[in-house]
Amino acid sequence: MKHFFLASILAGALALPAYAADYTIIAPANPGGGWDQTARSLQTVMQQEGISGNVQVQNVPGAGGTIGLAQFASQQKGNPNALLVGGYVMVGAILTNNSPVTLNDVTPIARLTGEYEAIVVPAASEIKTMADLVEALKKDPGAVSWGGGSAGGTDHITVGLIAKAAGVDPTKINYIAYSGGGEALAAILGSQVTAGISGYGEFESQVKAGTLRVLAVSSAERLPGIDAPTLKESGLDVTVQNWRMVAAAPGLTDEQKAAVTADIEKLAKSAGWQEVLKTKGWQDTYLAGDAFNEQLAKDVSATEAVLKDIGLVK
Amino acid sequence: MGTLDFLLQGLLVAAQPMNLLYALIGVTLGTAVGVLPGIGPALTVALLLPVTYQLDPGGSLIMFAGIYYGGMYGGSTTSILLNTPGESSSIVTALEGNKMARAGRGGPALATAAIGSFVAGLIATLGLAFVAPYIVKLALVFGPREYFALMVLAFVTVSSAFGDSTLRGLTSLFIGLTLACIGIDQLTGQARLSFGVPDLLDGIEVTTLAVAMFAIGETLYIAAQGDKGPDKVEAVRGSVWMSASDWARSWKAWLRGTFIGFPIGAMPAGGAEIGTFLSYATEKRLSKHPEEFGNGAIEGVAGPEAANNASAAGTLVPLLTLGLPTSATAAIMLAGFQQYGLQPGPLLFATNPQLVWGLIASLLIANFMLLVLNLPLVGLWVKLLTIPKPWLYAGILLFATLGTIGANPSVFELGMLLAFGLLGYVMRVFGYPIAPVVVGLILGPLAEQQLRRALSISQGDVTVLFTSPIAAVLLLIAALAFIVPLILRARGRGEVLAQLAASED
Repeated sequence: MKHFFLASILAGALALPAYAADYTIIAPANPGGGWDQTARSLQTVMQQEGISGNVQVQNVPGAGGTIGLAQFASQQKGNPNALLVGGYVMVGAILTNNSPVTLNDVTPIARLTGEYEAIVVPAASEIKTMADLVEALKKDPGAVSWGGGSAGGTDHITVGLIAKAAGVDPTKINYIAYSGGGEALAAILGSQVTAGISGYGEFESQVKAGTLRVLAVSSAERLPGIDAPTLKESGLDVTVQNWRMVAAAPGLTDEQKAAVTADIEKLAKSAGWQEVLKTKGWQDTYLAGDAFNEQLAKDVSATEAVLKDIGLVK
Repeated sequence: MGTLDFLLQGLLVAAQPMNLLYALIGVTLGTAVGVLPGIGPALTVALLLPVTYQLDPGGSLIMFAGIYYGGMYGGSTTSILLNTPGESSSIVTALEGNKMARAGRGGPALATAAIGSFVAGLIATLGLAFVAPYIVKLALVFGPREYFALMVLAFVTVSSAFGDSTLRGLTSLFIGLTLACIGIDQLTGQARLSFGVPDLLDGIEVTTLAVAMFAIGETLYIAAQGDKGPDKVEAVRGSVWMSASDWARSWKAWLRGTFIGFPIGAMPAGGAEIGTFLSYATEKRLSKHPEEFGNGAIEGVAGPEAANNASAAGTLVPLLTLGLPTSATAAIMLAGFQQYGLQPGPLLFATNPQLVWGLIASLLIANFMLLVLNLPLVGLWVKLLTIPKPWLYAGILLFATLGTIGANPSVFELGMLLAFGLLGYVMRVFGYPIAPVVVGLILGPLAEQQLRRALSISQGDVTVLFTSPIAAVLLLIAALAFIVPLILRARGRGEVLAQLAASED
């Protein structure tokens, strides 16, 4: 009996991904990234809080999430147990990749978390404030190189918005794209680029160690624990939030949609989820229902406008 | 307290029975996933993250580190025995290793890979403990122009892996470079050569191409030969273990591989593959038996395998000191740190010394475990070669397909696997080397991106490529490596090269 018990635990551990799950969460990215971490945190908390007995996560990486989005929209149609993790980066990727499937083809449920952008320079840099950086940008836009994540992503969009707000032609910005905030970090620390831009979390430990200086953050209000002004205070009317959301499959009935929304609300309000937010350093930006749909529509049109300004979308 | 005290204290932490158990689970799992092509350590660690949520931070990180090292280890086994690289960093191992296995020297090939990995892992882990802060400073000096120079050097030296005919080698390389252009251009976000197919937007996966070219192409080639092919592979000729001359030829290659792999692994844009390429090229240049390269030279297995494992330890340098993940597995280990509210970075050594040194010490222990686990298995592994050919190749096909689907469940990916398999078959039939295609796919985008970044930062001023001292030195070495053999050959003194190599010591 004892052996049987042990064996079944082992078999259970091995067969975990193969179980029939109450929810299947598609993370449209490779393991390790923000969407994957969000999906796996959802999995853990949903099981912990008894919202769902069994949850499995599937990675469908590629093209800023648009591959996972397209696959989700076609294969999961009408399936009330399938969820998709997505976010602001997907909004940009849908536009730049000219993706035939958009967020209108799925059922957005709620925004869960968000992160604000931070603009940093190495501690030794001559640039002390955002005003210094804007001045340099106005003098010669090409001479200010910005290191950040992939082209057309949140970082790139934010730089475009900053240039626009400063009255500089956004097509002239010298944006150096790296495959992720991490690789950009090395270039920033090594003073290969003038300034760096990414989610604050990427820079946090360097800022605390005093090797990087934060010039500004992209939130509407100052952020607790970060000694830096907002872009608005620096005279640039820009707020950007790199948010992450969860969506359900297309073609759900109203009852099914309500059931999923209720489950997600329960999750977002749970102690387990709040704990995850705290340890991961994610902001709680829970927003559901019509308010979320309105915000989403606003973000899509604003993003389209700036991507056209930068010249990434025609 | 000095570094040594910390390390000893770390060893005490790692030597606790439960932590030893986690390390054992880690290396066993890691070896298993390393053997399977396509399924890498990154996916395994990701699957285990929720499971380890309940464990203490030390234990689970020790397990992840074991998986990481084990994966680097396991990849060599299939490369050598089945010509099917489990990971992109063991592609070079397949070149010489598989030739050795076919000549009945699979045992020594596996042994030199295992011991070389051990030696490299040991030295590099000690390097991680003692010189990490200096290495990371060096790595930060590398900007786009220095990386570009490094890529130029890699291209020039790797050309020695191109086989006998330069024209055929270059043809293969350019096929790889063309394939590398497919997908979204990283710097402008524009799609290139994707023909409106969304699955091509992320480009071609290196492992898919490598598994297709090596494993599927090989299988088709063997199948097409029917009964005409060489009748039976001799599994063991001579001893299963390494002979005295094997040892004599391996040890320098291990050390050189380690010193090439470790710093390159520590560079944010280095990557494990580049170290293996450079190590292979170095061994070929320095070998007293250059004629054996391409036919199973033991140095060609020893060097790259050492480089591969050393760069795995190198990857942990920027992860622990900067919080900078430079490989997929490192990115997930970073997520693992964050799961416990730990932020790797310049302060981690100060705020959580016990954890960091426990991790480093358990890497040493994992390394010993891998040697103990792998060496006795060598005798068993080589028996794989005695499996009748139809079964063996059916098995290879099965594993290659499963691995690809496991990594990316997509019909398109499977279609690409088969298409590139056919390409690999055709190239084999017409005598074109396979490795340069994969080399082109790996190095092409790196070289292109770094060059364009450098020029973008300098606003189009080409002279920046030569004005940095490091870049200038690297380019000079590349130029010498290219020109000197040409001059020697032009003088009709090919034997001078051999003599030079012979008078090395």
